[in-house]
Amino acid sequence: MTDAKTLPLDQWHRGNGARMVPFAGYEMPIQYEGIMAEHLWTRESAGLFDVSHMGQVELWGEGAAEALEAIVPGDISALKPGRIRYTLLLNEGGGIVDDLMVTNAGDHLYLVVNGATKAGDLDFLRTHLPDDIEIRHLEDQALLALQGPKAAETLARLDITAMSGDGSTPGDFYFMQGGGFEWEGVTIGVSRSGYTGEDGFEISVPGDAVEKLATALAEQPEVKPIGLGARDSLRLEAGLPLYGHDIDEDTTPIAADLGFAISKKRREDGDFHGAERILQERESGSIAKRVGLVIEGRQPVREGAPVLNANGDAVGKVTSGGFAPSLQKPIAMAYVPTASAEPGTEITVEQRGKLFTGIVTPMPFVPHHYHRPPKA
Amino acid sequence: MARYFTEEHEWIDVEGESATVGITDYAQEQLGDIVFVEVPEAGTVVEKGGEVAVVESVKAASDVYSPVSGEVTEGNSALEDEPALVNSSPEEEGWFYRLTMSDSSELEGLMNEAAYKDYVDSL
Repeated sequence: MTDAKTLPLDQWHRGNGARMVPFAGYEMPIQYEGIMAEHLWTRESAGLFDVSHMGQVELWGEGAAEALEAIVPGDISALKPGRIRYTLLLNEGGGIVDDLMVTNAGDHLYLVVNGATKAGDLDFLRTHLPDDIEIRHLEDQALLALQGPKAAETLARLDITAMSGDGSTPGDFYFMQGGGFEWEGVTIGVSRSGYTGEDGFEISVPGDAVEKLATALAEQPEVKPIGLGARDSLRLEAGLPLYGHDIDEDTTPIAADLGFAISKKRREDGDFHGAERILQERESGSIAKRVGLVIEGRQPVREGAPVLNANGDAVGKVTSGGFAPSLQKPIAMAYVPTASAEPGTEITVEQRGKLFTGIVTPMPFVPHHYHRPPKA
Repeated sequence: MARYFTEEHEWIDVEGESATVGITDYAQEQLGDIVFVEVPEAGTVVEKGGEVAVVESVKAASDVYSPVSGEVTEGNSALEDEPALVNSSPEEEGWFYRLTMSDSSELEGLMNEAAYKDYVDSL
C-alpha cells in the first residue's frame, strides 16, 4: 500500500529507528528495537506510544449525552465532568460498530475511537445523532500514550499545569479520569487510561506540538518509544479486545464478554440499539463467548484458526493469538460455545493441520495495574 | 564448501551431496523476536520450493521453503529449547536442517553471497 498517509511524528519515528508499516491507512511504527524488549520495557518502566491514527471527536450541543445513549449501552448522562467511560457503538441489531472512550469534558463530550473505523464512526454518529448535536472531528490533533509503572513519576517531571488553575496535575487523577492542562504554552488533554493494562496516561496534543512533547517525554531515562507490535502483545496479555479482530458488527457485547459496559440503569431502561437481543443474551447466554486461552507448548495459534469440537467440527475461532512476552508462553482470544467457556475447559484449536490444546483462562492474563482510588 | 541464497531468504551450505539450510540474517531481522521454530524430522522428503519449516515470531508465523529437493538427515534440535538462536546466530548455530540433495543441478539459479547482498539492498 503506497497511499498510506503520514502522521505528524513520521520523521520522528524514522529518526528513532522505527520500522514503519501501513496500518489503519497511515504509516505507523511497528517496532524500534524489537517487540519483546519494548513489551517488557513497558511492563517495568514506561513506554511512549504514538496513537495519532485514532479518531478524536467532540460532541457539542444540549442533550449530547442523552442522544449518544441511543447508540451506546453506557450511562453517559450520569458521567461526571472529568470522568471517562469505555463504551460501545452499537448497530440496530446489537452488533458492535466500534469500541470507544467517552469523556465528559464539561461543556462537551470527547470521544476517542479506533483509527481504522473512524470514517465509518463519523458517518454512523451523523446518521444517528440529532442534527443539533455538532460533531467535530479533531483531525489536526495528535495522541500520545505513556504507559507503565514509571509513567506517573516521569510525567510529573514535565511542567504541566491545570487549565482550571487549581494547581492539580495529571498525577492526581485516578484511572479513567481526565482534564485539560497547559504545557509550555500548549493546551493538552490528559487522561489516566490506556491499552496496556498498566498505569499510564493518554495525551491529546495539537499535531504541530506533538514532536516537542514526544521528544520531552522520550528524553526521560525511564521512557522508550514503543511500536504497534508491542502495543498488540501488551493489550492481548491485558485481555483487551482489538476492534476488527476480537469484536466487530457480528459480535454483541455479551458474546464479546463486555457485559460490564452495559450500565445497570441502561439495562433497566433498555433503550439503546439492540437492547432486546443484548438483554436476552444477558439472561440466557449468547451462543458463543470470547474467552482467553493459554496454549500448551510454545507454538502460538493465530487469528483465524478454527476451534474444533470432539467431532472435529469448527465451532468457533481464534480472533487474536501470539506469544506473551511477560508470560513466555502462547496465549489467545477465541470465540467458543458458551458451554465450553468455563475456566479450565480444554479447547482444541487447529492450525495448518496440527491440533493444539488451549485451556480457558480468566482474563487479564497479566494483572492490570491501574491507579484506582483506595477502597473505602 | 559453497553457500547459496534464495529470494525467500534461506541460505544453503553445500558440501558434496550434503547441505545445511537456515534463514539469513536479513530474514531474522525482518521477523523480529523468534519464539518457536518447527524443523523437519530426519527422513522427511522435501521438494525444492516446498514448505519445510515454520518460524514464529511474537507477531506472526512464516514458512521456510526448501532451496533444494532431497531427504532430511537431521533437524536442529537446539532450536526447540532455544528458538532465539535464529536471532542471535542465524547463519551458524541457528541452522534449521541438514539434508542429502537429490538433484544438485537445482543449485543453479540460486544466488551467491554477492548477488544476495545486491538483492537485499534492492528491497
